[in-house]
Amino acid sequence: MLPKRTFRGGIHPLGSSGGSKKPTKGKKIVEFTPESVVIPMAMHMGAPSKPIVKKGDKVKKGQLIGEPVGFLGVAVHSSVSGEVIAIEKRMQLGATQCDCVVINNDFADDWVELSGHGNVEACDPDVVVPSVKEAGICGEGGAAFPTHIKLSVPSGKKCDTVIINGAECETYMTCDHRLMLEEPGRIIDGLRAVMRAVDAQKGIIAIEDNKRDAIAAMRETARGRIGVSVEVLKAKYPQGSEKQIIQAVCGREVPTGGLPIDVGAIVLNASTAASIADAVIYGIPLISRVVTVTGSVKSPANLRVPIGTIVEDMVSACDGYVTDPKKIIMGGAMTGLCAYDHSVSVTKGTGGVVIFDEHMPEHREESPCIRCGKCVDVCPVRLNPYLIRKYIDKNDLKAAEDEHVMDCLLCGSCSYACPSYRFLNGFFKIAKERIAKARKG
Amino acid sequence: MKLNISTAPHIHASYSTQSIMRDVLIALLPTTVVGVYLFGLNAALHVLVGIAGAVISELLFQKIAKKNVRINDLSAAVTGLLLALNMPAAAPWWVTLIGSVFAIVIVKQLFGGIGDNFLNPALAARAVLLASWPAHMTSFTLPTMFSGADAVSSATSLAGAEFSIMDMFLGNIPGTIGEVSKVAIILGFIYLLVRKVIGLHIPIVMLGVLAASSFIFGDGSGAFTGDPLMAVLSGGALFGAVFMATDYTTSPMTKKGQIIYAAGCGLLVAVIRSYGSYSEGVTYAILIMNIVTPLIDKYVKPKRYGEVKQNA
Repeated sequence: MLPKRTFRGGIHPLGSSGGSKKPTKGKKIVEFTPESVVIPMAMHMGAPSKPIVKKGDKVKKGQLIGEPVGFLGVAVHSSVSGEVIAIEKRMQLGATQCDCVVINNDFADDWVELSGHGNVEACDPDVVVPSVKEAGICGEGGAAFPTHIKLSVPSGKKCDTVIINGAECETYMTCDHRLMLEEPGRIIDGLRAVMRAVDAQKGIIAIEDNKRDAIAAMRETARGRIGVSVEVLKAKYPQGSEKQIIQAVCGREVPTGGLPIDVGAIVLNASTAASIADAVIYGIPLISRVVTVTGSVKSPANLRVPIGTIVEDMVSACDGYVTDPKKIIMGGAMTGLCAYDHSVSVTKGTGGVVIFDEHMPEHREESPCIRCGKCVDVCPVRLNPYLIRKYIDKNDLKAAEDEHVMDCLLCGSCSYACPSYRFLNGFFKIAKERIAKARKG
Repeated sequence: MKLNISTAPHIHASYSTQSIMRDVLIALLPTTVVGVYLFGLNAALHVLVGIAGAVISELLFQKIAKKNVRINDLSAAVTGLLLALNMPAAAPWWVTLIGSVFAIVIVKQLFGGIGDNFLNPALAARAVLLASWPAHMTSFTLPTMFSGADAVSSATSLAGAEFSIMDMFLGNIPGTIGEVSKVAIILGFIYLLVRKVIGLHIPIVMLGVLAASSFIFGDGSGAFTGDPLMAVLSGGALFGAVFMATDYTTSPMTKKGQIIYAAGCGLLVAVIRSYGSYSEGVTYAILIMNIVTPLIDKYVKPKRYGEVKQNA
């Protein structure tokens, strides 16, 4: 057997067996369509899109309803056919309000006219990036970075390797696992489209070793495809972090402050790759995705839902809460954001909804640092989290910057491992935002 | 619906400061039990006085200073027990009491409490006791279990007496309460390794460097004549390497730093034993390396991800 690829540092959250994924990893993807959707205009990194429909409009499935704004803008399409019943500010993740288009589903499944480019091996490579842009695709792994920008290689740079991120190292989530197992062809078509678009010779699908069936399925499907191979990664968090997966797969480190393209790599989440295939082949915009709904729900599931489906509807589709929910996490337990209510929507970057009830991990007061060194041990960037926190406590952001807080991935490994339950990555996030703001002036 | 909102991560490793300290107490149990068995009730008295003195003085200090009372983290209990296990059984109990109060109040709390002390509290207290009551602190007796009802004073192997390897392993030698039985210490060591409280590297590097340098410095009849095994089995070397040098707070933060620190500990023990006027060197060796720790942390930092020159 080949040695497994990995990175330095990292943790095994909730045990190396990945027990949190057990309830859903055997659950097939099930379609679910709600009565109505609440589509936020801010689902991606970058300025919120501008709604171009008004109350009372009839919209078709796949119709453009939000125009991209600014350099990092992303188009938004209707995920159902029906009638726009409201355009209003609603509270979404991160306790921020944003414009949302509320559409009542008429269940007619009435699509806009689609025009694709057919076979990804035969189409003109130059149509890929525009198709991706038109389809409103942004990273489905969580960061929601506009994909068409990622695929636009700056002049002077060259991409030799496209990596499909199938690590899914986050706890609880199995949506990418299921997609790789059930629909491997879409992912490989997406990969090939991107490889041709950026003229990369190598395409690598990187999967953690705890998803044997997905590895087998992807290997089988990849057979005969030009330049495509599957690499097995050691299951460890945060293996799915862009920089860590490049290190594991290519043995290259992205320079501080640099981008993957600086070392000739582009990393795409597995779901994103599947959406790219749909966009290039059929012209289908990104209007649905697979979401793992798990934790304290009666029937945990992997649901394919229209973008804008609210948590409450998905929980109903999973036969409801087991008991009163105490915490709703959008994403996994390591990096997910807390929803203030179950009325928040699934966005393009939402891969999981984890419900905690009263049996959730107890909240503990932090106690003083005992200098155990665990945070240094687990940091995948090999920072000194204890020291950065000390400087932040002294309000010395300059010193925190000198300790390279800006390189922090916010993966949360340090906070997870700290025996004193200290807030580390939470403080680093705030520090990073303040330093970034100060840099801009 | 009332939901909790908090920053990620929403899960945590299953250990805490308290559980780690509890593991250290459990790991010290074999050598404590063997120590009491070997040296009798006086040893038990030292253990009780040590723990009670440390915990109560921490409680009182934190109450008086209006700080959060943190005796539940069990670190004071660990300090008290470590100090007691570093006492000769024949010493009067009040010496242990003074030592435990000194360890907690002066060495730990006055420097900011848990995590902020720059010296290992139990070792610093022992050093003070050695200087203050040298006769009490060095009056070692043979374990009563082996020698009969009356405690018999004896020189330790480091002071020239000879003992069989087997006696040194089991603990049938004069020494402090906790340091004599190597078997019991190794049991505790294995427990700490299994529980991942400590790694192998600090004890192994410290003992390895001690063995090698003891061999090189020699037994007095010239270089390269030392007995490496005796060096490791004598005095508090094993106890210090497993339970003292591995103290989180006073050892470096990185693996590399910890190896440098452990090597320094091992070398200094050999130097003090070979060339110093005091026959045992573990206490001072580790204390000196405690002082060097901030310096090691300053200069030995892990190489960051992406810390490479841009391909220009």
